[in-house]
Amino acid sequence: MSLQRFVIKRSLITIPLLLGISLLTFGMVHAIPGDPIDFITLFTELDPQTEMEIRAEYGLDQPVYIQYIDWVTSAATGDFGRSIITRDPVINEIMERLPYTLVMGIMAFGVTLATAIPTGVIAAYYRNTKIDQASRVFALLGIAIPNFLLGLLLLLIFASWLDLFPILPPTSKGILSYDMLVYTLLPAITIGTGSTALLMRLMRSSMVEELDKDYVRTARAKGLPERTVVRKHVLRNSLISVVTVAAIQVAFIISGSVVVEIVFSYPGIGRLLVDRVGNRDFPVIQAIVLLIGVAVILANFVADVLYAYLDPRIRY
Amino acid sequence: MSSETSQRTTERGRIRVSGFDVERVDSRDPLSSWQPDLQSEEGRGRLEYAWMRFKRNRLALFGAATIVFMVLLAVFSRPIQLPTSFPVLAGETVQPFSLAPADPANQDVITGYREPTLENLLTWPPTGLYLFGADWAGRDILSRVMYGGRWSLSIGFIAVAMALLVGIPLGSIAGYYGGKIDEIIMRLVDLLYAFPFIVLAIAVIAVLGRGYWEMILALVVVGWLPYARIIRGEILSVKENEYVTAAKALGSRDRSIIARHILPNAMAPVIVQATLSIGTTVLVAAALGFIGLGLSPASAEWGVMLNVEQDAIARGRWWAGLFPGLAIFVFVMAINLVGDGVRDAFDPQGDQTDTDTGGLR
Amino acid sequence: MAMLEVEDLNVRFYTDDGVVKATNDLSYRIEAGERFGVVGESGAGKSVTSLALMRLIDEPGVIESGEIRFKGQNILEMDEEEMRELRGNEIAMIFQDAGTALNPSYTVGEQISEAIRYHIGLDEEAARERAIETLESVGIPSAAERYSDYPHEFSGGMQQRVVIAIALSCDPDLIIADEPTTALDVTIEAQILELLEEVATEFDTAIQLITHDLGVVAEFCDRVMVMYAGHPVEMAPVEDVYYDPQHPYTVGLMSSIPRIGDERDRLQTIPGRMPDLIEMPPGCNFHPRCPYAEESCTRMEPQLVDVETGEPADPINSDAQSAACLAHTGELTGELDYEVTVRGEDDPVGSGDAASSAGVSDR
Repeated sequence: MSLQRFVIKRSLITIPLLLGISLLTFGMVHAIPGDPIDFITLFTELDPQTEMEIRAEYGLDQPVYIQYIDWVTSAATGDFGRSIITRDPVINEIMERLPYTLVMGIMAFGVTLATAIPTGVIAAYYRNTKIDQASRVFALLGIAIPNFLLGLLLLLIFASWLDLFPILPPTSKGILSYDMLVYTLLPAITIGTGSTALLMRLMRSSMVEELDKDYVRTARAKGLPERTVVRKHVLRNSLISVVTVAAIQVAFIISGSVVVEIVFSYPGIGRLLVDRVGNRDFPVIQAIVLLIGVAVILANFVADVLYAYLDPRIRY
Repeated sequence: MSSETSQRTTERGRIRVSGFDVERVDSRDPLSSWQPDLQSEEGRGRLEYAWMRFKRNRLALFGAATIVFMVLLAVFSRPIQLPTSFPVLAGETVQPFSLAPADPANQDVITGYREPTLENLLTWPPTGLYLFGADWAGRDILSRVMYGGRWSLSIGFIAVAMALLVGIPLGSIAGYYGGKIDEIIMRLVDLLYAFPFIVLAIAVIAVLGRGYWEMILALVVVGWLPYARIIRGEILSVKENEYVTAAKALGSRDRSIIARHILPNAMAPVIVQATLSIGTTVLVAAALGFIGLGLSPASAEWGVMLNVEQDAIARGRWWAGLFPGLAIFVFVMAINLVGDGVRDAFDPQGDQTDTDTGGLR
Repeated sequence: MAMLEVEDLNVRFYTDDGVVKATNDLSYRIEAGERFGVVGESGAGKSVTSLALMRLIDEPGVIESGEIRFKGQNILEMDEEEMRELRGNEIAMIFQDAGTALNPSYTVGEQISEAIRYHIGLDEEAARERAIETLESVGIPSAAERYSDYPHEFSGGMQQRVVIAIALSCDPDLIIADEPTTALDVTIEAQILELLEEVATEFDTAIQLITHDLGVVAEFCDRVMVMYAGHPVEMAPVEDVYYDPQHPYTVGLMSSIPRIGDERDRLQTIPGRMPDLIEMPPGCNFHPRCPYAEESCTRMEPQLVDVETGEPADPINSDAQSAACLAHTGELTGELDYEVTVRGEDDPVGSGDAASSAGVSDR
């Protein structure tokens, strides 16, 4: 009923945002001083004939706004052009890497939720005790430790010293192979640590806030067992606000994957991005940046809709 | 007076009280030395009050001391010479101290070098000051970590300072003038927020190329967003306040209204955010260094030091990466302690203290 | 033996700033079916008193000493299981702000029937029926339909009715109503008080009504206890307090009740503020604000005494008017020279010091 209206309203806000990020990513290349063709030809001298052909192929002979429209419309169908380095279609390169990053991200998200929510609840329930202090220390450590350091330490301990994992990922076996999935645990934990620390503290403060609310006292005054009070009354309300933050963790996990994929030589999107920035392979860079922006915007959209769904007070 | 007050009456429905002369309380000398204690705290400025609270927070002070220590180490690690192009004192040494045991760029400095193990680290090995071992090129890691602070820390502080210089004016303009300008600035903020911090920084570096100032610029492009949001929000809420209206009525110019009336009120959340941002920025800068998009591989920036050694670390030469990594970790930790302390100092009603009064109302 | 007897109750909060003495040697009783008022400014320890009855005082508060006997049983010695049996079942509570006292993410019906299911052991369907009946009895129209509405779909007054329905759902013997009308406007306040009165009579429930409004007490209560800074300063049947208040604080409260058209602050006529219960004034806690305070008030802490005899009061077994002011033990050189008049009668009906009234009536 009215939730549908909310979803429609919320998606209407999303559309200009999507257009905006597409403009930004497109504009990236044109922000560089010089002629964009140099990035395609890598500054080699060309005879005018070839140059004309290349300009035509990449649409560089068109006015900028036409170029943008062409780029967006083909991007919408998954056509991001060809990589300058490998000459492969960008979409193929991305689709090859995407499953790895997706699996790693989902695992990291799972690790985060599975650890952050229970520990946050416990820390809140035993607030201002040793347990809470311990969770605070863990959060401080988890937020301050650079994920690449943590990743290297995990590699050092579990791969080099304990020999439980190989140092390099068994990429040749494919993402869905058992070995690869097991190996993916390492980067997933590495990424998950930071977001667990954040989400745990948010869960704690949200829960503490709820525990202080009057309805908790009402529930206790009814004589309900403490377990019912916490699980039924408090948890539900504190989860509502944590849902939003959990969705924002998507951005955090994407950031993490960019760095952590380098640590673990993991064949995902992040590593592809970093490699191609070094080579200034702009079609690939643009495509990945755009994809990440879209992913974050969609995650926020999902968060808002979930929030509206969970909280009966939300005004549509 | 007395005749009037003694006649004073109050009524509730049919009941009336007379002769309850409360002015006696104000006119007489206090009977005892007891004072309602909150009164002594009023009248103090907010900043002063926050500083008082901050001083009592031992963790935050410890963090601040750590930061000062690391900055001093970086400054005094090697002598500083002004560049010859500098107008005055060209080529002069302005900072003569040299705490670092070796030149961070010198290769094979350690003769009779022993591979660091946990044991000889703890026993302060005969290799003396070369406590952290040597890197792949035989350079002293301790010296490089000390010296590298100049890169990592200065990037953090400069980038945040510049982000403040961009974010505060833009946020002020958006909040104060509203309308179209507000719309444009805030939509831009929303757009940039759609990208994770490091992804946006990478994109900017992709455009600008690598280098010290390129990296700072990349960090500023992302870094100004929170300040603009905070300042705008604060201004919107403060804007309606009477004293701003009063100042306007008195003919103050817009700029002086923002500077004199609104900004001081909005400072607290900005200071908290800025403190925490220094940590995030150093972390992102190091991450950029680590993925090879930061400073040049020869520099001693902490992230870069990890980057050039990453294979070695994974294969067991842990000291090559652990110490620069720890330097980042300790600094970010210290900044977070300070940031939390600042937040608690400005917001004593935060969740650490609000439970102290329990159910008392 | 009264239904509820509170004896020498001391509640302390151990905070970073110091020990908050929330109640000090508090004693009172409530008979079955009686309406007992607890009056005082916010921070006087009224709410703490009622939470102590439910043993719901949060960290860092503790009930340091004393006894709370409900039907002869000391609830401070009960285990958690027995206590839960009592809460919501025999002693129920109504809270100040219904808007926040209800859980926003459950329907009001669920919030009523969960207590019924838990205490009376009814199944889903029977609990639902009983909850609807209770909703009807507190005057919620078309209760069956509104059962599955969320709290935010109710108005403030209706929310308070729901809270009352929760309290009534298991037919308790004692309801503690903590400022049940403070958050409501005047007309709704009157309706809610009327409703409370109705249900108290109908269910023969005792009510401990906590309020800062002496006017509400006058309309509603049988007996009243006035609290200041965690101490009981006056206790008496409600007529005695009204026509013949015996503690300067009570008088201050009475003279500061707002009237329609009166824009002054509620407690304007008592100068200063209540102390914060950590560092209290020496001697009589009220002396910094008391017009009648003398040097001796800063030295001696007044005890609650029978105002007639000056003997220590026995609030559990006696109904006599008692107050904690040195005037009643003869340790004051001056007099409490206020007067209370009832409009339409020429003579003062009472004065602070029953023996000698030096005040001048202006009519």
